[in-house]
Amino acid sequence: MSNLQVSLYRYNPETDSAPHMEEFEVDTQGRDLMVLDVLHMVKEQDNSLAFRRSCREGVCGSDGMNMNGKNGLACITPLSDVVKGGKLVLRPLPGLPVIRDLVIDMGLFYKQYERIQPYLQNSTQPPSIERLQSPEERDKLDGLYECILCACCSTSCPSFWWNPDKFVGPAGLLQSYRFLADSRDTATHERLSELDDPFSVFRCRGIMNCVAVCPKGLNPTRAIGKIRDMLLADAT
Amino acid sequence: MSNMRSLSFDAIIIGGGGAGLRAGLELAKSGKNTAVLSKVFPTRSHTVSAQGGITCAIASADPNDDWRWHMYDTVKGSDYIADQDAAEYLCTEGPKAVFELEHMGLPFSRFDNGRIYQRPFGGQSKNFGEGGQAARTCAAADRTGHALLHTLYQNNLKHNTTFLNEWYVVDLVKNANGDVVGCIAMDIETGEVAHIESKATVLATGGAGRIYASTTNALINTGDGVGMALRAGFPMQDMEMWQFHPTGIYGAGTLVTEGCRGEGGYLINKDGERFMERYAPNAKDLASRDVVARSMVMEILEGRGAGEDGDHVFLKLDHLGEEVLGKRLPGIVELSKTFAHVDPAKEPIPVVPTCHYMMGGVPTNIHGQAIMPDAEGNDHIVNGLFAVGEVACVSVHGANRLGGNSLLDLVVFGRSAGMFIDNALNAGIDYLAASQSDVEAAMARINRWNESEEGETVPELKRELQQIMQNDFGVFRKEENMEEGVKKLAELRGRIAKGYLPDKSAVFNTARVEALELDNMMEVAEATAISALNRKESRGAHSRYDFPDRDDVNWLKHSVYFPVEKTLGKRDVNFAPKTVDMFEPKIRTY
Repeated sequence: MSNLQVSLYRYNPETDSAPHMEEFEVDTQGRDLMVLDVLHMVKEQDNSLAFRRSCREGVCGSDGMNMNGKNGLACITPLSDVVKGGKLVLRPLPGLPVIRDLVIDMGLFYKQYERIQPYLQNSTQPPSIERLQSPEERDKLDGLYECILCACCSTSCPSFWWNPDKFVGPAGLLQSYRFLADSRDTATHERLSELDDPFSVFRCRGIMNCVAVCPKGLNPTRAIGKIRDMLLADAT
Repeated sequence: MSNMRSLSFDAIIIGGGGAGLRAGLELAKSGKNTAVLSKVFPTRSHTVSAQGGITCAIASADPNDDWRWHMYDTVKGSDYIADQDAAEYLCTEGPKAVFELEHMGLPFSRFDNGRIYQRPFGGQSKNFGEGGQAARTCAAADRTGHALLHTLYQNNLKHNTTFLNEWYVVDLVKNANGDVVGCIAMDIETGEVAHIESKATVLATGGAGRIYASTTNALINTGDGVGMALRAGFPMQDMEMWQFHPTGIYGAGTLVTEGCRGEGGYLINKDGERFMERYAPNAKDLASRDVVARSMVMEILEGRGAGEDGDHVFLKLDHLGEEVLGKRLPGIVELSKTFAHVDPAKEPIPVVPTCHYMMGGVPTNIHGQAIMPDAEGNDHIVNGLFAVGEVACVSVHGANRLGGNSLLDLVVFGRSAGMFIDNALNAGIDYLAASQSDVEAAMARINRWNESEEGETVPELKRELQQIMQNDFGVFRKEENMEEGVKKLAELRGRIAKGYLPDKSAVFNTARVEALELDNMMEVAEATAISALNRKESRGAHSRYDFPDRDDVNWLKHSVYFPVEKTLGKRDVNFAPKTVDMFEPKIRTY
């Protein structure tokens, strides 16, 4: 037996007046399982446990959660990365309302994503084939388009915790820059105008929690810096 | 029941993956009152996991490329039971659909001349198999599905599609005439069950790889559309045809794209031998997936498998160099480090054939209209019901799908169903409304789970189902095992019908969703098993020890599974493309 102590954040709005932590024991047989595997084992003990999951390989972004204090994806986080002192503590991503257990209401997060108009805008008539883009121009989208909207970054960001309604947050801004950086997008000025206020971009204080937790290794802080530069250039 | 909320739409799309979003976009653009219902937030759909690319003759890598060559490869790959009118439509409309994706913003990789990057994939040729390997798969690095799904979701936002995210569709609602006029769906967040009325109902629920114990598929791929269509009494086509992808990561099942072999990687056995040279002297590692998967299993069965149990082989990539791996296959480097603890720049990745794709599904025409063949083999359109993507069987994949053809299938037929429904709505659709008892019929199974008081629980029943499918309906199939499997499944069906849901809460009850999914997995498994047992030949992905050869005299046909009688019939394959001569069935070698 190699038992892992799992401490889980529980909240069922139908029966609980407040959230609480619940302790479980899971026999991992000494294997370095992924955190998601452990959740499935706990769910067999108590099928009322709620969490989101889909691809189980780190590309769909469903199972972002807080594991021993750090945000990440349960499906690609091995126990050896997070467990300390034989204990795994799992909580929902912080800063957004909890619906049940590890499931959060991502409404505000998605709203900020929608706000930046996350789609290519090009005012010219498209050709009969694809629009051409050089490999160098295309390279500028690397490190941006790979975002999986898991919300690990925005929910680790104190500025987003404070102003989730007004600060776009690292995920939304990374996507904003993904379109600003795209040689095929012609709405640069309009996009920047939408962001030109004290909150949308400038609430970023360069804390860089977003960079530390991104499970895809992306760098929202750098993208935000580039947007700031573009805002300054656009203003002059 | 009387207090159940009713929502009404012109069209509903069940499923928010690539096919559903493409259909939804078409209808939203034309201003139709359309809703996409998805059991997960759309970008969590399984399309996101597609890696290698979207195959299409856009004549970028080769300016002389020709859609007819793509069609030839598709028909040959299908082992000649793809419908040739559908394959023709796929290959001729493909370039339009791909260029549209690019115009929507999909970040394709590029060649130096600025055109879309294309890589070689399995089963591709130039000049009808005579001109050597083609490079026809358009790629965004090895994250093409992610890029495609996000692009489509983004463009649906642009055009204000209505999304009912995290809604789980329980069953279809049929009126007294047998027309499909909507569905029953549960808002997962609140537990509320609602009646959704619609003039057109599109199944875009994807595949069902989770019926196997080992699969590349997401946990959500439980065959919901197949389940609801079968319960509504509609037949399924070619359900014995399951693709086993050659390169699932050993142990974890996660997919390693065929693009690895397209970029120059190859498979080796425990002796380091590049064994595909023996099985497919021309195409080698880029033979069709069914051929490569069988060759791998042969190596393992003959004692040349690697590892302690000799139960896998290796995919060698280190000779490609870090630059190619970093540029063209960055996601694979990540996945193999995470799930195989192997850096492919230094060591080969342990791989094994893994259940990947359901070629069968709801028979449809090229407009996505569901077809109900009768016992005499005549086709009848099912009013109000459509299917697109993996849940549909148009059929462009026949007995074996070519790599890169699934993403193309999603956008070409998602688009065509959208266009067809748009026109039909303009012309006016008027079906008899569902009665109270029609609605109640669709509530039956959720009521059953909600009222269950004791019995076996979902995880144990599910594991048993997956083990039966894995053992008895795998890459190679034996009559005795399949007969045994069919019996075991019949027995399991009785137990699932008495299964127990301990948690009856309303808010975000994922246990209830998993129970409802299990019903669907049961439907898919049984349809697969009965179809496999009764197709008495080997063709494409369906390979039998007792009937090792293709039998064109008796089985150059679709199989059709009738759920009420649980029998297997046959349906003619279409051999009448409109603009080219048909491709005659030939012996299939690579």
